[in-house]
Amino acid sequence: MVFADAGAHEPVARGEDPGAWCGQCGLGVGDGDHARCAVRAELEPPRYCIHCRRRMKVQVTPGAWTATCIEHGSVERSTWA
Amino acid sequence: MTAQVTGTDILDVAREQVLGRGVPLTEEQVLEVLRTGDDRLQDLLALAHEVRMTYQGPAVEVEGIVSLKTGGCPEDCHFCSQSGQFTSPVRSVWLNIPELVRAAKQTAATGASEFCIVAAVRGPDARLMEQMREGVAAIRAAVDIQVAASLGMLTQEQVDELVDMGVHRYNHNLEAGRSYFPQVVTTHSFDERLETCRMVKESGMELCCGGLVGMGETLEQRAELAAQLGELEPHEVPLNFLNPRPGTPFGDLEPMSTNDALRTIAAFRLALPRTILRYAGGRELTLGDLGTRDGLLGGINAVIVGNYLTTLGRDPREDLALLDELEMPIKALNETF
Repeated sequence: MVFADAGAHEPVARGEDPGAWCGQCGLGVGDGDHARCAVRAELEPPRYCIHCRRRMKVQVTPGAWTATCIEHGSVERSTWA
Repeated sequence: MTAQVTGTDILDVAREQVLGRGVPLTEEQVLEVLRTGDDRLQDLLALAHEVRMTYQGPAVEVEGIVSLKTGGCPEDCHFCSQSGQFTSPVRSVWLNIPELVRAAKQTAATGASEFCIVAAVRGPDARLMEQMREGVAAIRAAVDIQVAASLGMLTQEQVDELVDMGVHRYNHNLEAGRSYFPQVVTTHSFDERLETCRMVKESGMELCCGGLVGMGETLEQRAELAAQLGELEPHEVPLNFLNPRPGTPFGDLEPMSTNDALRTIAAFRLALPRTILRYAGGRELTLGDLGTRDGLLGGINAVIVGNYLTTLGRDPREDLALLDELEMPIKALNETF
């Protein structure tokens, strides 16, 4: 199984579970190369739920982002350390 | 009286004309600047920096932006992940008022003087205008920051409403020069955009009007954009570098090179010597850390701090530390250039 970085596969409401889908491209984490997704994750919040592949509602604010999956809940990440 | 330069070197001409006499470069001259080689880039940036310091001074205007209504836009701007016409993964979402105020507070904490509320719409409907009225009032009651807006094309009545709310600046980009615009947007016209810009200017609000580069336009069309912005005389020009978005018609374009981006910054400064020239979207991808620094020393005098509408920006501390290192103070609230 190939994983990109945590940004691409940000767990949503399940703590340690790395999920089965890429948060950036929505493809299976074992399907193909996600190197570009890992790069993209530095400048992008995830768009797909890593647990169910649903497109998430994502709100970006100047200092944070919030991604919400209707099934698996929300996660908020501050982008200002 | 300054003597006219008789030589043909465009940088010598620009030095005498723009720096010496304060006369912006013409479209043809901007094109000539855009065609200069990498071997002239440092000289070009140094000249643009001199122009910026002469007509605008060392201060940098810092702004935060936030999306009040994300995605689901009926327009087809080919660079935009928020169009409902493309297969972009961006979903429609609204920001509530408490979160809007929180975002304004975050922005103000950086020392920023501007906070721009943006909505992905063709133009605002009654619901959005009501949300704006409530949001602007809540921000003004809680945060010491100037509020700007970007809500698409406006009617005169909506322009008047925004003035009444206390919105002091309105963003509406040309996006591209007139000749390339139909390759970028087909759901509305260049003239429709101009009409909103003109109404905003006449209203007394400051006009923020820029565009994107690196969308496949020719250098001629890039120079045309600079000239058409110059004719409009906006208070501020935000300069975006295409960040190709998955699922959009421009999603497979390559980001423009750092040197092309820097040349564009300098050329726009020479075309707009008295205008605030702001780094907007795409600089992280196109310029990186070193390019960001070079641009601030090559004509840029305003930045967007933190994240963008759907993508992430640099940590504001990095930008603020860079400004400090370059001895460029943050423009204070209500200070004018």
